[in-house]
Amino acid sequence: MDNIFLYCGLFLSLLMILSLYRAIFGPTVLDRLIGVNAIGSKTVVLLILIGLIYQRVDMFVDIALAYAMLNFIAVLAASRYFQKRKGL
Amino acid sequence: MMDILVIILLIIGLIFFTGGGVGILRFPDFYSRLHPAGKLDTMGSLLMMFALALYNLHHFSIGDLLTCLKIILIVVFVFLSSPTAIHGIVDAGVRAGFVPWTKGEKRR
Repeated sequence: MDNIFLYCGLFLSLLMILSLYRAIFGPTVLDRLIGVNAIGSKTVVLLILIGLIYQRVDMFVDIALAYAMLNFIAVLAASRYFQKRKGL
Repeated sequence: MMDILVIILLIIGLIFFTGGGVGILRFPDFYSRLHPAGKLDTMGSLLMMFALALYNLHHFSIGDLLTCLKIILIVVFVFLSSPTAIHGIVDAGVRAGFVPWTKGEKRR
């Protein structure tokens, strides 16, 4: 069962690299924001997978909860900040 | 028996995440790229979190039950917050004056 969690984590990391392309080469600022949001929502799952691999899931689940809140606040604040700019 | 259910849920969640990643890369426009980012990431993380919470109840005890409830709490929070964040990005795009892509235009 541990091997399955390990391979799932590796596949999720691969998908994060895929989203990192959009975060680096995105034509507009909001495209980069989409890429960062996708990476953050994959990281929450990856943290719990890491906790299950190391058998410390009671500690990692709190970190995942804090990371989910931080991701939400960061994306919302950045999109409010870039709100009134013309031609990003 | 429980392990098979956990593995099936994990694989379905990974398929949803793959669709979201490919959609973010390949859609032609800013607005259409938000569609896989909003829906498929939420669904994929929901399925994978349910699988991990189910696996966590393997050996039943009070501490494991508390951890399982915390994972369900993360699921509820992601289910509420991820579409809200995407809606904030759409709002910023509309106010910045982006024009939606129509058929036949170049991808941007």
